Amino acid sequence: MERINSANELEALRKSILSSRDTNKPCITICSGSACHASGSKEVAARIEEEIAEQGLSDKVDVRKTGCHGFCEKGPIIVIHPEKICYFQIKPEDVTEIISETIIGKKIIERLLYTDPATNEKIIYESEIPFYKNQERLVFGSNGSIDPKNLDDYLAIGGYAALAKVLFQMTPDQVVEEVKQSNLRGRGGGGFPAGSKWEGSRNAPGDIKYVIVNADEGDPGAYMDRSLLEGNPHSVLEGLTIGAYAVGSHEGYIYVRQEYPLAVENVTIAIKQAEEYGLLGKNILGSGFDFTVKVHMGAGAFVCGESTALMTALEGRAGEPRPKYIRSNVKGLWNRPSVLNNVETWSNVPLIINKGADWFTSFGTESSKGTKIFSVVGKINNTGLVEVPMGMTLRDIIYNIGGGIPGGKKFKAVQTGGPSGGCLPEGLLDLQVGFDELTKAGSMMGSGGMIVLDEDTCMVDVARYFLEFLTDESCGKCVPCREGIRQMLQTLTNITQGRGKEGDIELLEELAETAQEAALCALGKSAPNPFLSTLKYFRDEYEAHIKEKRCPALSCKELIAFYIDPEKCRACSICARKCPSNAIIGGKNLIHMVDQEKCTKCGTCFEVCPPRFRAVKKISGEPVPDPIPEEARIIVRGGKKNE
Amino acid sequence: MSDIVLQIDGIEVTANEKMTVLEAAQKAGISIPTLCHHEKLEPYGACRLCIVELESRGRSRLVVSCLYPVEKGLVVKTRSEKVDRIRKMILELLLSHAPDAFDLQDLAREYGADKYRFAKEPSFCVHCGLCVRYCAEVKKKEAIGFVNRGTKREISFIPEIASKECWSCKECFPLCPTEALQAAYVLAKAIAFPATAE
Repeated sequence: MERINSANELEALRKSILSSRDTNKPCITICSGSACHASGSKEVAARIEEEIAEQGLSDKVDVRKTGCHGFCEKGPIIVIHPEKICYFQIKPEDVTEIISETIIGKKIIERLLYTDPATNEKIIYESEIPFYKNQERLVFGSNGSIDPKNLDDYLAIGGYAALAKVLFQMTPDQVVEEVKQSNLRGRGGGGFPAGSKWEGSRNAPGDIKYVIVNADEGDPGAYMDRSLLEGNPHSVLEGLTIGAYAVGSHEGYIYVRQEYPLAVENVTIAIKQAEEYGLLGKNILGSGFDFTVKVHMGAGAFVCGESTALMTALEGRAGEPRPKYIRSNVKGLWNRPSVLNNVETWSNVPLIINKGADWFTSFGTESSKGTKIFSVVGKINNTGLVEVPMGMTLRDIIYNIGGGIPGGKKFKAVQTGGPSGGCLPEGLLDLQVGFDELTKAGSMMGSGGMIVLDEDTCMVDVARYFLEFLTDESCGKCVPCREGIRQMLQTLTNITQGRGKEGDIELLEELAETAQEAALCALGKSAPNPFLSTLKYFRDEYEAHIKEKRCPALSCKELIAFYIDPEKCRACSICARKCPSNAIIGGKNLIHMVDQEKCTKCGTCFEVCPPRFRAVKKISGEPVPDPIPEEARIIVRGGKKNE
Repeated sequence: MSDIVLQIDGIEVTANEKMTVLEAAQKAGISIPTLCHHEKLEPYGACRLCIVELESRGRSRLVVSCLYPVEKGLVVKTRSEKVDRIRKMILELLLSHAPDAFDLQDLAREYGADKYRFAKEPSFCVHCGLCVRYCAEVKKKEAIGFVNRGTKREISFIPEIASKECWSCKECFPLCPTEALQAAYVLAKAIAFPATAE
């Protein structure tokens, strides 16, 4: 590849790429993000390539392995262009039929289409599926149409036009001003205005400055940054290079988790390609601007997502937050001005430059502009990544896009903002999603994790779970975090195990205050949020655990018992056969009973009891009824029982 | 270098611009409790005991004084209901590890901290890092460091360095705010059983 030496040459290359591509030629795109890989997309892709070769269609059909399409619940996903027919949950066995029926025969295969659970209708096109239809995929949308390993694909959709625009038509100050005007706020957690951060670095003294991508996404259940970096790495690189130009930096770092091998691979390839094309490195596009990017892999510490800990780790030391009261955009990496933004934030930058701050601010709420990608997981029908304009209500995200709660269960809460976020109850479903709106409600935006919880979830246990995660992930340097959240975890564990006592809530509140006020970094300061938000909205559950030793969600093992209702048991013996610890006292035509001594509360009997009987009950906070006498256990078939 | 005037506990204090609030207070003879601070070492900000309340531009907030640089017109309160409550909690958390440490007991008396509030888990170490930092910053040997993270974090001598350097030095022992015995024990263990030392 020859280097591109000017903006005109870039446009000429773009034209030649586009003219060499026949938009009417059939193209099968297959999602090759980590989630679809896990559900078998690699095998499907291999089969498609094989089949196309076997049928002698190699010249007539393109195959493109793209990044994540977002609808991970239904993966592996393929889209057939130019019609944009969507097929879901494809297996290698389906491939022959897809090629012969749809590619050659131009016929739709009904069974591979999406079925709308509400209407039972089959839907052919992505744009008509509720999951996609209700989104606004400005940042994430290109993922499904480009091969992340092929820079030409990114150029074909207008890639690097924003970089050419800033290099040849804008001064660094104008770039900073445009980003400030857009009111782009950090997508990684803090929500700090990116433009102000850049300006601070631009104005800070020093010749050497750094720009850094935070791709150390570590929140349980969150994977939007991974999918962006895997699926559209050039959008991140383009944003980063624009940022470097704006602040006057010539060196950038991508700090990415080692646990994201595909993201590491794709971004490394992307850097190499961009360098070959002259879009990175010395004298970018012949503008005289130099900028190089290095990839640094994290070693699996959640705390390194915290900006100063990340920089300490980049310097080659143990990832601990820096104690100083000075902003890292003034004194950051190696004490030099350093702008750190997360993957999604950088990805927004080319859009803002191309389309302008006015366009960007037309999306969103008063204080939160643009869109936000959320990973919607947990008790939800449509698990996946969704991008919506800021200001959409939680209800719209969970029900219109997410498809509601599976199994006819009732919604209980949504946990947003990662482990240090909070749980919001049903009463707040109409809350508009935005940085300040979520913080005011006692949770936070964080990096966009959204875990939906149903009625079977114990909120005390949710708090305990997240505190356990944070105890493991605390760096251990400061006392309020290392010792404080350890004691919080201990107290919460006691409560969920039936050892809660009067005064525990107050003790937790006091520990929470110490961590919030005195911890060294954001991890410690926000660690009490899971407790505080569940206490705020679900205090009755804490009190039930402590005062009545009762778990209202019937979830905490130590506080529940399984019991067979003698009125309902028909001695079908399924539970007795399935019980892994032989805790069911059964017998032919005898009402079954649970031996409480032997029962390990695994819940198998509860799950296998046929719905027409529903004889197995979970109880909590009340004594288990005494076993019925032997003679009363006999069931007489064909009419009366127990006689 | 220009002087900066600030107010600490109602007293006007003059400090030079490179000082922290803690240094300015110490210079004026105002006492602020510390555990991980040492004048020969870089500020560390781990024990958080030196937390104080600041008033600037009409807002009040909590900062740790060992790290916060002096500012013109700053109003500092070294004691308040909230500051005392937090110090008491920090002491109680640490006392569960080292209930008999003299330094902690003295402070516990002052702040009314209950050393039995949390279940005892004697491990001596309160993670002040004085030994680790002194060895690295003053002695430049790095014979002792932290290993692991979070609640599993502990100090550990590096046997290869320690066996050469430590017996003739031991300057970190008296720095330990809990027990000098602790350092002796950890050192002996590391050298005697290098394979099992973590």
